[in-house]
This record gives sequence, structure tokens and C-alpha cells, in this order.
Amino acid sequence: MATEKAFDWLNPFAAVDLNIGERADGIKDWAIANRETIQPIKQFLESIIVRIEGALQATPPLVMLVILVMIAWQAAGRRVAGLVLVCLLVLGFLQPTAWGLAMTTLAIVTASVIACAIIGLPLGVLAGKNDRFESVIRPVLDTMQTIPAFVYLVPVVMLIGIGNVSGVIVTIIFALPPLVRLTSLGIRNVNQSVVEAARAFGATPRQILFKVELPLATPTILAGLNQTIMLSLSMVVIASMIAVKGLGNEVLRAMGRLDAGKAIVGGLGIVMLAIVLDRITQGLGRSGRERGHRHWWQSGPVGLIAALFQRN
Amino acid sequence: MTEPDREDVIRCDGIWKIFGDNSKQAMDAVRRDGLSKKDIRQNFDCVVGVQDASFTVGRGEIFCIMGLSGSGKSTLIRHINRLIEPTSGTVYIEGQNVSAMSPQELRALRAEKIGMVFQSMALMPHRTVRDNVVFSLEVRGVPEDRRAKVASKAIEMVDLAGWDAKYPDELSGGMQQRVGLARALAADPTILLMDEPFSALDPLIRKQLQTTFMELSAELHKTTVFITHDLDEAIRIGDRIAIMKDGVLVQIGTPEQIVTEPADDYVAEFVAGISKLDLVTAARIMQPVEMYRQAHGGNPDMTAWPVARPEDKLNTLVDLAVGTDSPIRIEADGAAIGVVTKRALLRGIQGREEIAPATEGAV
Repeated sequence: MATEKAFDWLNPFAAVDLNIGERADGIKDWAIANRETIQPIKQFLESIIVRIEGALQATPPLVMLVILVMIAWQAAGRRVAGLVLVCLLVLGFLQPTAWGLAMTTLAIVTASVIACAIIGLPLGVLAGKNDRFESVIRPVLDTMQTIPAFVYLVPVVMLIGIGNVSGVIVTIIFALPPLVRLTSLGIRNVNQSVVEAARAFGATPRQILFKVELPLATPTILAGLNQTIMLSLSMVVIASMIAVKGLGNEVLRAMGRLDAGKAIVGGLGIVMLAIVLDRITQGLGRSGRERGHRHWWQSGPVGLIAALFQRN
Repeated sequence: MTEPDREDVIRCDGIWKIFGDNSKQAMDAVRRDGLSKKDIRQNFDCVVGVQDASFTVGRGEIFCIMGLSGSGKSTLIRHINRLIEPTSGTVYIEGQNVSAMSPQELRALRAEKIGMVFQSMALMPHRTVRDNVVFSLEVRGVPEDRRAKVASKAIEMVDLAGWDAKYPDELSGGMQQRVGLARALAADPTILLMDEPFSALDPLIRKQLQTTFMELSAELHKTTVFITHDLDEAIRIGDRIAIMKDGVLVQIGTPEQIVTEPADDYVAEFVAGISKLDLVTAARIMQPVEMYRQAHGGNPDMTAWPVARPEDKLNTLVDLAVGTDSPIRIEADGAAIGVVTKRALLRGIQGREEIAPATEGAV
């Protein structure tokens, strides 16, 4: 305590110590005290992540590659599919274990993004509809995006322990805000005269949301989802500090040994994965009009198959 | 103008709409002290959108509300289906108080009894023409096979057959508004609310759509409230016209009344440039047979004169007048009731009120 010090009006901060740091440390004790209650939730989440990873790892790499290229073709067209193919080949040939590590990372990212969507979409809709809620949630989102990850890393580990679940939670904290923000923006930007028309024809608020606002906000929401995926990927190295496996862990270990070559391999793997996921989700966000087709089933591999069936 | 057999479908009683956070206090102050719009703006920071508007619309009637932008006409029409809540006043639709309806009742009213067409079309870009048209049926849970039937009928009505599966942005502006019209008619509502439906279209397409609309309304007899800023359109379409200025209904009357008896200088200025040919009737400009006889002396032989009916418009009288030098005899039920001289006809076309029989000189 600095009460002995003479109070200086020009520098009042030096004389007052509110001791916030020590008090906030209580959150650690709280986290440790609540460890047991959180365990069932943790196990549930862990089992989901394990299942996702199991499925991704069980698929032979070549089959997985074909599936991803097909998804890219369907979502974004042939050129993007070509780019995705190249990126995946580069990723696979980086080193013999790279593919498996990438699948582990993809599993964590998938779990995080699904969780972000489940949490973020309702919050975004609410923020888009309610000005007061928006003004409350905005500083929270600002905090989530800017506070250094290391600050919440420790409490999360104290509460949940190291491992995949903590990794996913840390990733959610960092990656959730853009989805909430852009969902809110999308809802707010829906043409109000169309909403009014829906009201004039007797639609309920729920029908307006699902039949008008969400469909019209979809491109913006998908842009938010794209950002969430990108941010999730950028968290994998930090998440590997709390024992999350995958490409991030490669980078972390290489850093510890000052092994620049291995770090580059891990880093490039993350970049390749990022490009693949980014191009696919960006393709989803484009409107049918830009693609020249009205429905997703009219183009890409599905369109080809559909056309074949129609001819028969 | 209220005939005894007339049935009011829409009745608006003293509608006030004051926008602003203190609208309730402003309304109270208006009731108590009769504040002016300027006082309301200064004392309460509120804007008056609609000021004490009352009118009725009979079954099958087309009621035009004419006013410039910012006159409050679009605000007023939104009170009828309660898209906007009035600050004061009540709206009755077929005797039911709309302001007292529960949300469910209100939605049923909007979906089943009222069709609305918007200036901005407000079609849903992510739905096909067909799915746009049957939106009001879809939200009421009407089964798919019935929706398909209704859709094809409504699309046929506006001459868009074959376009069902297209999206709004693949259609021209005129076609989009036809979709808007089909959407409003799909549920076979009693009432049509048309909020400047043709204003955003170019003149030829506008005329076309007006014709389509008039044919449809002659066939379907929908009670219609039609908003426009174009007096020609109002006169062409409306059975009655209300002129709105700064939130006030300045005058309500038939097109002929509006044009020949403008209530104030504002309306007079509006109607000054309007052609009277298809508006003013013979009954308005004719002079009684007796007066004609007094003015001209003797007993002129009227049998050779061309004959018209009192409800004939000036246009018809002009056609008759070019073929002869005589005045026109106006007959109702086989009896001559009046005479239209060339002078009266010409003055009538000008819209001047120089038809006082006493001062009428010889032709």
C-alpha cells in the first residue's frame, strides 16, 4: 500500500492503489472451486470433439481431399476447386504427418465454429433487433476481440483443465465477435420496406425473421462466419499451449527448439488450411445471381448429376 | 354525399399522428389548447404527420388521397391496416375497431381482408414471383395445392402467366409492380391499399398499369384507397378524391367537385391545369330552358338542335357542337331540361364560372 506517500495532485494515480489485480485473482480460486461442477459438461464437449476428429482421421486422406474439392466446386465453382486442390496437395506433401495434424486442427476449428454459430447467431439476431442489447453486448465483444488470449488462458485452464475443450472455449472467445457483429449488421440492413410488406400481409414476427430477415441477411451472416473461421484458425497456435494437438502444436514445439524449418512447415499447413476454408465459405456467401444459377443444386457436381438424371 | 344505401367499409375517425418521444403530451396539449403545428414542434419536439383526418370509403369505391410528398398521405394509409398506430382516433373496418384488435386478429385482418401495394414494390428478392404472390396465404398456413391454384389465377390476372418461376430482379419495373398487384389480390381481400403504386414507373408503363388496374377493379369491385401525388391519376382512377396538405385533408369530393369547386386556393392552384373535358358534366354548365327563353325572347324551335344528356361530359358536347351552329338541348327522361350555348361550353372548358344565367348574353 502506498498510503505513506505524499499525495500529489498532479499525479493522483501513483498514490491510490485499489489492488484490483489481487482481487481479480479471486477468479482463479473461484475457477478451482467450481472445477467439479463443470466436469460433466466438459466430458460431453470432449466426446463431441473426439467424434469429429475420429471421423476426420478415419477418412483416408485421398477420399477427404476429393470430398473437400467437391465441396469447393459446389460452393464456389471450378476455379476455386482447382485452387483448393493445389492447397491440399501442398498441405499433404509438407511432411508425412502433416495431413493427420491438419485433420486434428480442422476438428478443433469445426467444433469451435459450430459452437460459435450456436451461440453467435441468436445473439446477433437479438442485437440486430434490440438497440439496448446491441449497446450492452458491443463492449463485451470489443473486450473479447482485444484482450490478449493469455489473460483468459489461465482461468480457463483452472476451471476446465488443459485439453481440447479448453482449446475450443479459448477459440470461441476470440472468434465469436465477428459473427455476432455481422449477423446484427445483416439483420439491420434488411430492406425495411420488404419487412413492412411482410407485416402488411399478416406475417408474425417469427415468420418475418425466418422468411424475410434471415434469408436476406444470409450473405452478411456468411461473411461473419467466414471471419469466425479465419480467427479460429489463427488461435490454433495459442490453443496448443494448453495441450491442443495439431498443426499449432508443431509450430509451438518448433519455436521451443528454435527449429525454423519445422515452424515453417506447421505455419504453411495452417495457411493452406485457411485458404481452403476461406475460399469455400466465401463461395457460399455469393448470391446465386452472381453465379448465374438460381439454386445450388443447378451447378457444380450436384448439378451435373442432376442433369444426368433428368436426361434419363 | 352519403347516400342511404351506402355501406362504409373503411371509416377513419379523427386520426392524429404525432411523431416524437413526447407525442402523448403533445396530443394532450393539442386537445386542451389547440396548439398549432409550429407550437408542437417548438414545445414538444414533435412532428405532426396526420392532423385530425376523418373519412369513409364505401363498398367498391375507389378513394384517392392526393397530396405532395411529405403531406402525410403514406402515413395516413398505414393507419388503415395499423402498420402505424394512431396517436389519437379510431379506424373501423366493416364496423370493427382496428385499434382494439389483438395481434392475432390484426394479422388475420391483414392477411385475409387487406391487400397492399407499395411504391417501392417491396417484393422479396429471394422468392420467386409465385412465392411472392402467395405470401399472405403462406403465412396463414394455407395448404400448398390451394396456394398453387391461387397463385396461377392471380398471376394470370395481371398478365404475367409464364413468369411464375422467375425472381423479381429478372423482371422490369412495370412487371414487378404487376407482381405487387397480384400479391395484393391473391387472398381475394375486401380492401386494397395502394401506396403510390405507379409513381416509380415511367409514364407509358404507368398508363398501362392504370388501365390494368381499372379493368381489374371494374371486375373485382374492391374497396380501394389509392395514394398518389399525381392529380391526373387521381381523377382518372378515383370515384372520390381527398386532397391532403401538411397532414390535413383539405377537401374530399368527386373529381368534378374538386375541379369545379376547389375548397381553397391550394386546391384551386392544383386543379388549374387540369383538363375539364372529361370531368365536367352538361348539368353543371347548362342553363334551364326557361331562362334561355327569357334571355333570347320568343320560342325558338329546339327540335333541330343536337341533344345530350345531363351527365354527358364536355367532350361529348364539343363533338355535338362542331357539327352545328345551334345550341345543345339537354334532355332527361324525354323532357328538355336545359340548354348549353357555345359560350357556356367554351367557358366550361376554360373552367371559368361565367355561367350565371342572368348575365348570359346572346350567342
